[in-house]
Amino acid sequence: MEASYSDRPKHLAHHFAESKQQYDSAKLGMWLFLLTEVLLFGGLFLAYSVFRAWYPETFVNANKELNVILGGLNTIVLITSSVTMALAIRSIQLDRKEATLKYLFVTLLFAFTFLVIKYFEYSHKFHEGQLPGKFYTFEGIDGTNPHIFFSVYFMMTGLHGLHILGGIGVITWMMIRVRKNEFSSQYYTPLELTGLYWHLVDMIWIYLFPMLYLIR
Amino acid sequence: MSEHSTPHVLPLRVYLGIGAILLIFTIITVIAAQIDLGFLNIVIALAIATTKALLVAFFFMHLYYDNKLLFLIFASSIFFLTVLISLTMFDTLRRGDIYEIRDINIEQDAIIYDESSSVGADTSGTNH
Amino acid sequence: MNTIPEQNFLTAEKGLKSWLTTLDHKRIGILYLISITFFFFVGGLFALMIRLELMFPQDEFFIKLDDFNQVFTLHGVIMIFLVIIPSVPAVLGNFVLPLQLGAKDVAFPRLNLASWYLYMFGASFALFSIFTGGVDTGWTFYAPYSTTIDRSVISMTMAVFIIGFSSIFTGLNFIVTIHKLRAPGMTWFRMPLFAWSIYATGILQVVATPVIGITVVLLVLERLLGIGIFDPTMGGDPVLFQHFFWFYSHPAVYIMILPGMGIISETITAMAHKNIFGYKAIAYSSLGIAFTSFLVWGHHMFVSGQSEFAAMVFSFLTFFVAIPSAIKVFNWIATLYKGSISLDTPMLYTFSFLILFTIGGLTGLFLGTLSVNVTLSDTYFVVAHFHYVMMGGSIIAFLAGLHYWWPKIWGRMYNEKLAKIACGMVFVGFNVTFISQFLLGLKGMPRRYATFTSEFAQLNGFSSWGAFLLGAGLLLTAIYLIHAVYKGKPAGNNPWGALTLEWTTSSPPPHNNFEKSPTAHYGPYDFDKIVVESTLDD
Ligand SMILES: [Cu+2]
Repeated sequence: MEASYSDRPKHLAHHFAESKQQYDSAKLGMWLFLLTEVLLFGGLFLAYSVFRAWYPETFVNANKELNVILGGLNTIVLITSSVTMALAIRSIQLDRKEATLKYLFVTLLFAFTFLVIKYFEYSHKFHEGQLPGKFYTFEGIDGTNPHIFFSVYFMMTGLHGLHILGGIGVITWMMIRVRKNEFSSQYYTPLELTGLYWHLVDMIWIYLFPMLYLIR
Repeated sequence: MSEHSTPHVLPLRVYLGIGAILLIFTIITVIAAQIDLGFLNIVIALAIATTKALLVAFFFMHLYYDNKLLFLIFASSIFFLTVLISLTMFDTLRRGDIYEIRDINIEQDAIIYDESSSVGADTSGTNH
Repeated sequence: MNTIPEQNFLTAEKGLKSWLTTLDHKRIGILYLISITFFFFVGGLFALMIRLELMFPQDEFFIKLDDFNQVFTLHGVIMIFLVIIPSVPAVLGNFVLPLQLGAKDVAFPRLNLASWYLYMFGASFALFSIFTGGVDTGWTFYAPYSTTIDRSVISMTMAVFIIGFSSIFTGLNFIVTIHKLRAPGMTWFRMPLFAWSIYATGILQVVATPVIGITVVLLVLERLLGIGIFDPTMGGDPVLFQHFFWFYSHPAVYIMILPGMGIISETITAMAHKNIFGYKAIAYSSLGIAFTSFLVWGHHMFVSGQSEFAAMVFSFLTFFVAIPSAIKVFNWIATLYKGSISLDTPMLYTFSFLILFTIGGLTGLFLGTLSVNVTLSDTYFVVAHFHYVMMGGSIIAFLAGLHYWWPKIWGRMYNEKLAKIACGMVFVGFNVTFISQFLLGLKGMPRRYATFTSEFAQLNGFSSWGAFLLGAGLLLTAIYLIHAVYKGKPAGNNPWGALTLEWTTSSPPPHNNFEKSPTAHYGPYDFDKIVVESTLDD
């Protein structure tokens, strides 16, 4: 039978019978959302595959224009940020709010670092004229249609960058909510969902890095 | 509500250990890309990336411990992406292939004309 | 005598603001109903404009040649993206699904309301596009035409993007609702088949729609930045656009038809007062349709220049889609056998559906056959085929559902006599319109032309008169349904004597759906075990 409203926790919405049901629903919904994200990026993976198969030489040669050091550095940055994100959630599970805040803050710093490194990479490409499609002016890549590689590169890293920006927004919001004492080991669902999102963004980069920077 | 009051907490070393493995794999994939292994390069790069992605999914995202339904959702996203890419590339990689096959048939089945007599636009000597 | 309960979801709160901020799934369903009806009206007007122009062979009989391309494009875009795709899930799914499951609401009520706002936001982009140049690409937005013409393509495709996300969130919400919010005793196989079909639709919405999202983003980037991936002069591939597009748009056909099939499973059992024949077969065939629909998109591209090998594979796979659809039709027919069938309006629409959908489905097999397709491609045969599926299937099923649940939604019954007349007008009008078009297509009349030679004149004239009859029937439907909202006879909780949970609560339902949380003690169609009398007093 239903619990009366007085002994229901504050976070429990009226149409759920109990916390676990609400928690499971939120998590299931989030995973379905992540599935849509995979397929959203999937379109770009498709474009990448088709054109890499059509213009293999171009992709190999154009790839040499990308900076493996910066790309690798960004991979390390994102992976580390995933670790700190996971630790933030672990901390709230143990009711350590200060530690949660600290880890979230570090995650945020890594996210900004990623964008700063990306900024340097982008501005170098802008400078060289290694731009998508009709804006491409660089000369010095052997192979047909090198602009296609940069179209694909900018679309993939651009969409990924937008997701990092979105993540920064959400993580900031989560920090505010942690500060307001909204979360505890009893209830931290939004924080966990943020973590899932952040790990997915990391996971996509794990593919983008070898696909774009390490072509042979 | 008792189910939720004790969250499933993984020990610290799991997170740090997985993080370390991910970083090591990153270095391996960079090194592997410097060696020319032909088509194996892309296989190795994708295999390492997939291993890394699975580690993230299983441990950072808790899929290993969670309801299998969530894993099914994750797996199906990969499955449908594979369908999208493979069926599309079945087209983009095989355009015009049918003409090659047609050519082979004509050559095998019949000698249509004498090559030496059909130079240029003059085809008066050929019988179709 | 039936009465309308004092306390119900319609009277729970008053004022426009209470509607625009509501989190109640029933009210959100009604918000969708109003907005979708509006766009159905707009799209219908465009359809009538097309039929007026094509009534006679003269050029520019009604509209300018150039405008004709715009009119059929807008008809297509509005009807598909703004009307049919959201229609059944967003209106009836929203209203009925939680009631059928015995839940108080959908899993994420706020997301549900946000979906409606996204829909309206996207729709406003579509309207903006219409008034700032419009589009004349056809609803498919094929590159490179769509990337080069000087028209309002960006805002129209952004409308598709935004409405796509509305659709994703609706589907996601329903999947979670079905997984997590079923009432005690409501096992998977005690779920009404409408819920199963909404579940399968949800899978399609969640998996396929992101791809149309990225597709239109790429189209916009192609227009703005000239990224070149769809531009053959830059090494891109316009056929790749078609792959992108149809990976979504073939499953989208099933986003449109699957929920309609769910409605038919409900009406046919309730009207025949008989347990469904082959419950599991119908339930699983919904999932089967959802799955196979992802493997066949290339059948829209047989003459696009795609690889002949791919065309053969797609043609072969296409035949598999017919199997689960046929399973459903056979099971519905078998359900009718020895049933005690009431010929109320929902049943008449159900019969219409069975006839029209079967024709639409079978002609789909003609078109899926590679060699036949080459001849019939881009003729009126194709136009007639997909209207039989989308209008004859989805919209007719939607009408069946509206007539079936209307007394539940408003607590009042419409005028049955007018309803039967209107149903007849719709059925006859529809067939006259589109049988003519099958014949036109077989005679070789190409689609999307504003004019034609005199040999096609007679059939085109027929088709237009049919369309006017169809339009009149739909208008009559709107009139008596709206009349019923205010003046209809109170219908009671269970006017059809149906067994699913939504009929156990009052009509209209209370704000929280049920006075007391329900428990499912029996299957949704156990008419052999339970007898429930109709509450409708004649
Ligand atoms: Cu199709």
